[in-house]
Amino acid sequence: MKLLQRPVVTGRALIIGVPWLWLSIFFLLPFLFVLKISISEPILAQPPYMDLLREFSDGLMTIKINLGNYLLLLEDPLYFNALLGSIEVAALSTLFCVLLGYPMAYAIARAPDHMRLPLLMLIILPFWTSFLIRVYAWIGILKNNGLLNQALMWLGIIDSPLEILHTPVAVYIGIVYSYLPFFVLPLYATLVRMDLTLLEAAADLGCRPWKQFVLVTLPLSLPGLMAGAMLVFIPVMGEFVIPDLLGGPNTLMIGKLMWTEFFSNKDWPLASALAAILLIVLIIPFVIMRHYEQRNEEANS
Amino acid sequence: MKNGKFALKTLTAALALTCSVSAIAEELHVYNWSDYIAEDTISRFQAQTGIKVTYDVYDSNEVLEAKLLAGRSGYDLVFPTALPFADRHIRANIYQPLDKSQLSNYDNIDKGLLNNLSAVDAGNQHVVPYMWGTTGIGINLKKVKEILGDDMPLDSWKLIFDPKIAAKLSSCGISLMDDPNEVFAAAHAYKGEDHTDFSKKSLDAAAKTVTATRTNIRYFHGSQYINDLANGDLCVAHGYSGDILQARARAEEANNGVEVAYLVPSEGAVVWTDVMAIPADAPNKDAAHKFINFLMQPDVIAPISNYVAYANANSAATELVDDAIKNDPGIYPPQQTRDKFITLKTATDKENRAMTRLWTRVKTGQ
Repeated sequence: MKLLQRPVVTGRALIIGVPWLWLSIFFLLPFLFVLKISISEPILAQPPYMDLLREFSDGLMTIKINLGNYLLLLEDPLYFNALLGSIEVAALSTLFCVLLGYPMAYAIARAPDHMRLPLLMLIILPFWTSFLIRVYAWIGILKNNGLLNQALMWLGIIDSPLEILHTPVAVYIGIVYSYLPFFVLPLYATLVRMDLTLLEAAADLGCRPWKQFVLVTLPLSLPGLMAGAMLVFIPVMGEFVIPDLLGGPNTLMIGKLMWTEFFSNKDWPLASALAAILLIVLIIPFVIMRHYEQRNEEANS
Repeated sequence: MKNGKFALKTLTAALALTCSVSAIAEELHVYNWSDYIAEDTISRFQAQTGIKVTYDVYDSNEVLEAKLLAGRSGYDLVFPTALPFADRHIRANIYQPLDKSQLSNYDNIDKGLLNNLSAVDAGNQHVVPYMWGTTGIGINLKKVKEILGDDMPLDSWKLIFDPKIAAKLSSCGISLMDDPNEVFAAAHAYKGEDHTDFSKKSLDAAAKTVTATRTNIRYFHGSQYINDLANGDLCVAHGYSGDILQARARAEEANNGVEVAYLVPSEGAVVWTDVMAIPADAPNKDAAHKFINFLMQPDVIAPISNYVAYANANSAATELVDDAIKNDPGIYPPQQTRDKFITLKTATDKENRAMTRLWTRVKTGQ
């Protein structure tokens, strides 16, 4: 009798339900649409793919599923190479962000109190200008008659202009520049919360500064480092704008290939299949991170 | 009670007024190429008709096509290139047949162009030609002559596709269009092959021609060369006639010592026509007809040609076009140049996909 009197929807369920509803509507549902298009056939019409449901008569439903897109992606090495290309660019960019961003985050976290806010502002300030304009600015800096080459030639360091724009080097410069703040901010948040007395304790026990960093600071900052690295790695995997504007013909990435399939080929099904595969590839590092976090939490408790 | 009734009446009256006002303020949504209209065209149309124009721009046929294929783009008037784009769109039933009774200026349109277009649009039912031009080579005249010498004939695809000549120019910068239709047609023209053959053998031959010079190409892009040619950052660009002439004008304005020239290669160059069309799901088809009719007025289209450096499709307007534009062989070419023109053929979807994937391979050197 008591059970029946319990309200069907509790406050707790409601609160948990809101983010689930949000995720379902804005993540799961669109993904299902993409998945649906990825198993259809392209045709010349509006919209440019066939409906899965072909016929419905006498209670008999005819559905046609086309797995050819996934088979083509597996067969044709072009797509696999593009995926490898994206992974390579994303991994190297993340590495550069770690090497450049860790000292930055560390320096800001250990700076005197009154300096921290201005330093953080310097990291955030570029966001006040549109991302596209900032990438365009790099064209002006890196091109043959650009600022960098003019400066280097004026200084007498080089005789003829360095060809940087439209090469992979320009892509890495653009990506590391654009994504560095996404790495620095979460890492800073972790480093600034660190209990510095732990370092004092280590020092008291005869630990040298370098060893203190390796044995104490680095392990404690790993969650921030991982979060920052994911914030760089995942969006760079699907990056399209920076390689398109700064890169040359040699840069083969999955984002550009998706653009080509969607716009040049009008092959929405294949573009959707590529998107679905990219998502699956991206979920893997995320699962690894979750696993790591859980282990960390267990170790803490 | 009385008061309440009065308030209700006022409210109804106010609502009715708002409705009628919004019915009067007619709206037209136009989607056109960037830099493809004169500065005062829209304001003149608005002053004449009272129709409010929302004018958006794109810089590639692909972007327009994706919007049209998705449907409900909200645009009343679009400007696709006839081949292969408008051709495909007509077959996909994307466009509304035109109501010629609303187009009183239709007779001004060049009969020859209409005749050519009837191959893709039977009876000229769906599209009206707007501007036309060619895809050729833009060069930095001084630098190219410095490298190749004065005797070398420059109106040739050799500048791009002959690996020995291209290698000499590569440090100075060569760009190709990021469009397999255009590049493969040019490669075929260079070799004297049939560019309308989309068989694997024919496409592979074109791919081979491009691959042989690929390391000499700095980038593949459809509009970036305008700035780079004008600034002297590029020596040879494969591009649209009007775009290269705009680069020439920008270099003249900047007075930076760069002299840009547009050349129609003697082996053959692609000639193309951009057309006006009304999407079948356009919200305001009447206003779209009015705008098409307005653009067919000679005193409207001639200033556009003067401004954008493209030849218009209006035979009645030619006498109103500036002499500098009319007599520019890059814009209104003489007959012997016209004889070298080639027109693209629309590939089937399957051929097109094979071609695009081959193109990605060629570009990236896979």
